[in-house]
Amino acid sequence: MNPAAAAASALQTAPPGHAWRQLKSRGMGAVMLLCCLLVMAPLFLVLYFLIHEGASAVDWNFFTQLPKPPGELGGGMANAITGSLVLLAMAAAIGVPLGVLGGIYLAEYGSARANYWIRFAADVLNGIPSIVWGMVVYALLVVPFKSFSAYAGGVALGLIMIPLVMRTTEEMLLLVPQGYREAALALGIARWRMITVIVVRTALKGIITGVLVALARVAGETAPLLFTALGNNFWNHNLAEPIAAVPLQIFTYAISPYDDWHRQAWAGALVLLAMILVLNVFVRIISRDRKFN
Amino acid sequence: MADPIRLTSPLPSPRPDAPGPAAPVRPPPPGADVAFDIRDFSLWYFAHQALDAVTIQIPRQKVTAIIGPSGCGKSTFLRALNRMHELSPGVRIAGEPRLNGENLYAPQIDPTMVRRRIGMVFQKSNPFPTMTIAENVLCGLRLNGVRDRPLLRERLEQSLRMAALWDEVKDHLDRPGTSLSGGQQQRLCIARAIAVRPEVLLLDEPCSALDPIATAKVEELIHELKRDYTIVIVTHNMQQAARVSDRTAFFYLGQLIEYADTRTIFMNPANPQTEAYVSGRFG
Repeated sequence: MNPAAAAASALQTAPPGHAWRQLKSRGMGAVMLLCCLLVMAPLFLVLYFLIHEGASAVDWNFFTQLPKPPGELGGGMANAITGSLVLLAMAAAIGVPLGVLGGIYLAEYGSARANYWIRFAADVLNGIPSIVWGMVVYALLVVPFKSFSAYAGGVALGLIMIPLVMRTTEEMLLLVPQGYREAALALGIARWRMITVIVVRTALKGIITGVLVALARVAGETAPLLFTALGNNFWNHNLAEPIAAVPLQIFTYAISPYDDWHRQAWAGALVLLAMILVLNVFVRIISRDRKFN
Repeated sequence: MADPIRLTSPLPSPRPDAPGPAAPVRPPPPGADVAFDIRDFSLWYFAHQALDAVTIQIPRQKVTAIIGPSGCGKSTFLRALNRMHELSPGVRIAGEPRLNGENLYAPQIDPTMVRRRIGMVFQKSNPFPTMTIAENVLCGLRLNGVRDRPLLRERLEQSLRMAALWDEVKDHLDRPGTSLSGGQQQRLCIARAIAVRPEVLLLDEPCSALDPIATAKVEELIHELKRDYTIVIVTHNMQQAARVSDRTAFFYLGQLIEYADTRTIFMNPANPQTEAYVSGRFG
């Protein structure tokens, strides 16, 4: 036999136990694929139920009308959808400036020791159950002013956003290569200008992504609104009074005894999910071409 | 090439929008051929001494090369000249490095003002990724408050011409700075550094990431620029030091071992360590 033929047959001859090893490999591969499908299953279940139960109730009236009294069919969540947007705007007005400025401090100014404790505090805050935020704001704003209010709801959501936005801002700023900071300083540019015009500008997409993720997170919060914004069956004309929100309306409808309200709760959940999905799609689009070099 | 632009002026910094080309602001003082006068300058990172009593006079409008093995303190020395090392934690210095007789570290001097007069180009080209070619060149001026459009336009062309980049980019000044090739990016960084009209250019291994053709272009540029600027270049490449510099300083373990005309350092060094390094026996 010539050497080339010997080499070919050596490649064709499997070592002992090869078939058993291949079988084990395939078996484990199948198990892992099954685990992946199990992880995905709840997502599809959620989508299936929301569409199956709620799609029929999502119509023009749902977006334009106020809730009807119990017993009357129809009506919508126009006030709750608007209320959610108002609450999100107030939350962003509190959470974005504080979170972004705090993140800039962490990434650009703070000493290592101070940063360690600030980061620790932010991570603890991120772990606080949202109902606790609701109680704190209840004690701070609702009790002294003797009224549930849109302000209190916005503050509760804003407080939840601050540590989220702060940590992502910091991480995005730290991704900006040190070379850009040095290049800017070497041009005789003042430090705050270097930070705002060069560093924050370079990381801007990442920061906006972080803000949108934080907004998506608080958009679905119910617990902190239960005893701050309270909910409202009518239009809110005064931010110092209770305001409706989609998650609150879903909660109210879901625990009611009326079939039509149950349908509307499903529809509300579907709309809420769609809002969050839209935010996430924005995040994807913005972060798609994020690169620094 | 644009007309050579000469700038010499006392601290505090010249206004970045001072009309250029400018005549010397004051008559050259005695010893005017010396830009940096540094005596017994030491620098520590925490307890580690990175520079040990360096004494050196760097001539005006000449190219001075700093050579030495890795970790010898040559980059540290360069960064100390425009106070860039102050970004690193735990830095302490002793001594008074002087530019045109003025102490760069005097308490009333803002490091920003020092850096406006002493520009720097880094090893890795770093055009700002969010800016176009034109915005990159002009950003030092704009961020220092220059709004005069005709002046900005003039500086843009002048700086790019001086960096030998104008002909390659003049038709697409609004493309991102990062769209250029590596060698072009480095020349863009040089254009950006000279657009603010510093007196001194510090080059920290400017060619170590470039291919031979791009390196040749940057070296040619250094030859042109020394008509107007005092240039200090740190390089790992001894052939490069021999090609571009008038004076060469050899650093080893934080000390200045030998400093002389480049020809002397390479042909007839006085110190056996210098001789061993330039002949490639260590480093």
